[in-house]
Amino acid sequence: MTDPIIKFDNVVKRFGELTVLDKLNFEVNRGEKVSIIGPSGSGKSTVLRILMTLESINGGVVTVAGEPLWHERGPDGSLVPASEAHLRKMRAQLGMVFQQFNLFPHMTVLRNITEAPTKVLGLSKKDAKDRAEELLELVGLADQAQKYPHQLSGGQQQRVGIARALAMRPNVLLFDEPTSALDPELVGEVLNVIGKLAEEHDLTILLVTHEMRFAREISDRVCFFDQGRIREEGAPEDLFTDPNEERTREFLKAVLS
Amino acid sequence: MLFGYQWDLSSPLAFAVSILPILLTGMVVTIQATVLGFLVALVLGLVWAVLKAAPSRFISWPAKVVTEFIRDTPLLVQLFFLYYVLPEYGIVLPAFMTGALALGIQYSAYTSEVYRAGLEAVGTDQREAARALNLSSARTFTHIVVPQAAPRIVPAMGNYLVSIMKDVPVLSVVTVLEMLNVAKIVGDRTFDYLVPLSMVGALYLIMTLVASTGVRLLDTWLPKQGIPLK
Repeated sequence: MTDPIIKFDNVVKRFGELTVLDKLNFEVNRGEKVSIIGPSGSGKSTVLRILMTLESINGGVVTVAGEPLWHERGPDGSLVPASEAHLRKMRAQLGMVFQQFNLFPHMTVLRNITEAPTKVLGLSKKDAKDRAEELLELVGLADQAQKYPHQLSGGQQQRVGIARALAMRPNVLLFDEPTSALDPELVGEVLNVIGKLAEEHDLTILLVTHEMRFAREISDRVCFFDQGRIREEGAPEDLFTDPNEERTREFLKAVLS
Repeated sequence: MLFGYQWDLSSPLAFAVSILPILLTGMVVTIQATVLGFLVALVLGLVWAVLKAAPSRFISWPAKVVTEFIRDTPLLVQLFFLYYVLPEYGIVLPAFMTGALALGIQYSAYTSEVYRAGLEAVGTDQREAARALNLSSARTFTHIVVPQAAPRIVPAMGNYLVSIMKDVPVLSVVTVLEMLNVAKIVGDRTFDYLVPLSMVGALYLIMTLVASTGVRLLDTWLPKQGIPLK
């Protein structure tokens, strides 16, 4: 039952001299929940940023739902670098939740969530508001719609971030270390929301995280990234309890102790 | 007599009262030159800021050189240049227009820096969030970047408004009848400089106080419109 919605084919990403992704091959199936773990600088977040088109690639091909993301077919069928119009079209399938929330500080919670649906999807104000209220209910913030981000706790802000991304009805939701910027006591409320999403929706989820226990709980598959490649991947019970690679074992020992 | 108003030299107070309408006529010109110069500075400054931020060095570099040149040469030199040199090439503007233009050009070099700093202060995280939500670049600029840059830009612009106002007397050297020039003419005719010049000082103080109060009110009003001052 392989129906990859995301496919990285020999993808190379360099920042100057530094090679962040080194001929990466990686697939995510439709509806699959995949966690990406690994040491800092291993290219985990870069994978998400490339998918969200915040970072371009230097080699290889990324496909989303069968269509190249950073390329489009030229008149002779060959792949040429994607135009902004193509990126816009492709981006509509993806949503992202940022480590630092990245809410718009000058807009209310409601406006944060309705801005893109009204301006990009062309929803009426009322429809966008209804959708936003539904989502705020889902993330447990129904009573905070009129507040500004700075009036909320970090955990609440991140839940707004999740609602904002969901409001665009993406097929794939990318979580870039969603709890790394939070105080420890606020991590739980955000993980609960993500867990609920993973359970109840057929959404494809790609999660970069340092929360090993949570990754184990919600994922169908866990990928261990090291030096721009996937060093090891597998079902969470296998990877966490009995990793094959020495490097994976070292890493897990360091973070779980 | 000037502008149809007769002065009364019987006492300093009577003299002051009698020349007030004359000075106010000059003050109107001062305010007009300030507003026009400020508008030119706001618009031209934004043009410079956009050019300086251009990805191509062939655009950004000349813009940087020109603004640096404007900033490092005196207003008076620029004013003389516009007033005496341009007519040689067939461009003849009235003294007032030339003066307001010179003020605007001079201050555009400063306002461009204010725009640049304000726009840069809006973090890339905001642009990335907007991109992830597929907002167009125009919408991102007008509704995400500008509202967050504005509270940083507005107070600095207010300061330049006051500065421009205080530089208007420079225009008197190209015969613009702004407030100081009018006061000087009154002094020349009556041999009493103390009263008219003191009044110019006082009127200037009132104008700048009003202007800076206005700017401060704007500073407190803006955050209430949902644009937080950081």
